[in-house]
Amino acid sequence: MTTAIILVLVALGSVLFHILSPWWWTPIASNWGYIDHTINLTFWITGFVFTAIILFTAYCVFRFRHQPGRQAIYNPENKRLEWWLTIGTAVGVGALLAPGLFVWDQFVTVPKGASEVEVIAQQWQWNFRLPGEDGRLGASDTRNVSSSNPLGLNPNDPNGRDDVVIEGDALHLPLGKPVKLLLRSIDVVHSFYVPEFRAKMDLVPGVVTYVWFTPTRTGTFETLCTELCGAAHYNMRAKVVVEEASEYQAWVRKQKTFAQLSARTRQAKGTQ
Amino acid sequence: MVDTTIGAAGVIQPAEVKDVELYHPKSWVTKYVFCQDAKVIAIQYAITALGIGLVALVLSWLIRLQLAFPSSFSAIGPTDYLQFITMHGMIMVIYLLTALFLGGFGNYLIPLMVGARDMVFPYVNMLSYWVYLLAVLVLVASFFMPGGPTGAGWTLYPPQAILSGTPGQDWGIILMLASLILFIIGFTMGGLNYVVTVLQARTRGMTMMRLPLTVWGIFMATVLALLAFPALFVGCVMMLFDRILGTSFFMPAIVEMGQHLKYGGGSPLLFQHLFWFFGHPEVYIVALPAFGIVSDLISTHARKNIFGYRMMVWAIIVIGALSFLVWAHHMYVSGMNPYFGFYFATTTLVIAIPTAIKVYNWVLTLWRGDIHLTVPMLFALSFIVTFVNGGLTGLFLGNPVVDVPLSDTMFVVAHFHMVMGMAPIFVIFGAIYHWYPKVTGRMMNEALGQFHFWVSFLGAYAIYFPMHYLGLLGVPRRYFEMGDMAFIPQSATTLNIFITMAALTVGFAQMVFLFNLIWSLFWGKPAGSNPWRATTLEWQTPETPPGHGNWGKELPVVYRWAYDYSVPGAKEDFVPQNQPPTPRAA
Repeated sequence: MTTAIILVLVALGSVLFHILSPWWWTPIASNWGYIDHTINLTFWITGFVFTAIILFTAYCVFRFRHQPGRQAIYNPENKRLEWWLTIGTAVGVGALLAPGLFVWDQFVTVPKGASEVEVIAQQWQWNFRLPGEDGRLGASDTRNVSSSNPLGLNPNDPNGRDDVVIEGDALHLPLGKPVKLLLRSIDVVHSFYVPEFRAKMDLVPGVVTYVWFTPTRTGTFETLCTELCGAAHYNMRAKVVVEEASEYQAWVRKQKTFAQLSARTRQAKGTQ
Repeated sequence: MVDTTIGAAGVIQPAEVKDVELYHPKSWVTKYVFCQDAKVIAIQYAITALGIGLVALVLSWLIRLQLAFPSSFSAIGPTDYLQFITMHGMIMVIYLLTALFLGGFGNYLIPLMVGARDMVFPYVNMLSYWVYLLAVLVLVASFFMPGGPTGAGWTLYPPQAILSGTPGQDWGIILMLASLILFIIGFTMGGLNYVVTVLQARTRGMTMMRLPLTVWGIFMATVLALLAFPALFVGCVMMLFDRILGTSFFMPAIVEMGQHLKYGGGSPLLFQHLFWFFGHPEVYIVALPAFGIVSDLISTHARKNIFGYRMMVWAIIVIGALSFLVWAHHMYVSGMNPYFGFYFATTTLVIAIPTAIKVYNWVLTLWRGDIHLTVPMLFALSFIVTFVNGGLTGLFLGNPVVDVPLSDTMFVVAHFHMVMGMAPIFVIFGAIYHWYPKVTGRMMNEALGQFHFWVSFLGAYAIYFPMHYLGLLGVPRRYFEMGDMAFIPQSATTLNIFITMAALTVGFAQMVFLFNLIWSLFWGKPAGSNPWRATTLEWQTPETPPGHGNWGKELPVVYRWAYDYSVPGAKEDFVPQNQPPTPRAA
């Protein structure tokens, strides 16, 4: 009896906790509202199944608990029931999978005209690079990395000379424009995650990965590293500022290009 | 209809091979230390696994204390924290769960349940334990080496696992990899034994479709392990080479803290594929024995045949096969080609179907049963709750778009603790309360068992259910502290303190369990040979605890399946598998 009541309380308590929980996802700031919808759908389907199974178990525990004279029935199997349950489950699984795959297709397909921004991770700092006025990112390689060229740009690639280099500082993004992040790491695996954007992708040394989204809300958000990258993993953060196009342009103009940074280092070396 | 009895003719085939003579121990050392009896090896495995499991339990307290009170413990730094989580995870998954289910329960139950005298290769079986013990000792040694154990996370992703930004770069990672290699060698010796014993040493009448589901679960899990561990083995060897010899299997060109390293051309993703090709089947290596055992616990204590036995067997086989096709669902955001997501999402969600069938059949076994709420039954019920909960959150993470925001957050931590932490551990507890009388001849104390159960079950649920919501909020895992992140409200800290309190309480209850384990050895109620009135062969041994060779002079002969409970017209509510059929009146 007590056991059955506690099982009911566990089921209903879980539902109640879900409804009353003050811990919930952050207000979204990107186009990935579909992801939230899919999570909600998943909560509905799984929540229903969970509650149904636990309540049924509780009922059995109460109704068929041992009492003097009770004998269990003997029924090794019931083909019909087993097939119906299998088909029902398959339908439920399909209902989760189909929208999931539909949204995943959008997630991996970058729209034409998305602007490119490179994210370069290192222990334990975020760096960024914008394509500059020519709209093209210059070639880069971890082997080119030096103190005067922390992102490893190829100094001989003309496309890279006007690239904007942001070292260990905030990234700004214009509101409402799709952006494709090209992700690169020069040491270990990191992961780029902004909770409000919902998007997340690992940065793997040796390859370039990508993720895309459209910022839909102005504000300052926090980028976290979500792949264990060593002792200061928990502290590897950066700000991402989403702002109106005009403010964004003003910010870009204040940033230094690769050519400017290289010239400055050369000068500094010359005066020594 | 299920093959429940011997059939119309009632003829049992004569034995095809002669009974083999076992090695008989001649001294105390060969009887209790370097012993070839699977039952003693099982106990050795179990004690070692529980012992190292205590280390993991203490580590979990330290992890939880740090998360609840981030600035209160000057002795716990960020590197210590990473070492705690790494060793806690590795010990729990490999050295406790895998070893206890297969080395512990597998060794004890397989020969007894299939009606064999021992494992087919007793000497190799003995060796298996000693290599396992060596693996554990190497693991423990890493705590005492300069730099301490590795803090690379239990997934050991390179390049960070072998670079200086991660604690334990000197010795920790080397000993970790060496210990895993040893573990796999030891496991392979035991694993071959379990598989061959099930296939070759079943007694007369014990067809595959009459095996208790416990044996099916352990058997299939062992097959998976024998196929999956080699991937981890080569991964460990290659990483060891990268670390010691400077090869670049997993290491591309790297600039670490401004220094160009002498690596180049390797692929970090290759390791992730190898790791998860092992890592996903590993989930089922732990889960399948739990599935099998819990089926038998439910059936015995509800005095009812398991519902849909054949479907249960096929579900175990199908889950085992599918578990090799889903590994990269751990890698949706790893940077692998994102189009793999379509394939891995589909296979992953398909595996939910046979798994759901198992859940339905457990619950339907309770339906119109005669449910005795013994401690093993209570633990079986708590398994259903935690497994259903953790299995359903798996449907979130198996769906790539849902996984994107949740991956590497506390949601994942809550999910896998529920489904492959709590659920299998509750089965282990249930199984220990269930078979303890056979192993020792005495019952465990019921009152202490009830206390242990209620605190563990409700406490564990209070730990892991709310934890999902921290992950939904976006709190990442493997974070030494949350710091002052704008999106995390103050109340998250309150929740963390609550979770820690629950964790410490559950930890305390485990001390009660250990006390019960030892106390009952001396003062428990004498059990008799079959206290649960169960049908399977291990309860029908001539001696309790079973002697060397298990069966006395004659091997048992099996006439029916393992689930003849409450058969209409039978004198008792159970008919042992080795009871000959009575001629029916025409």
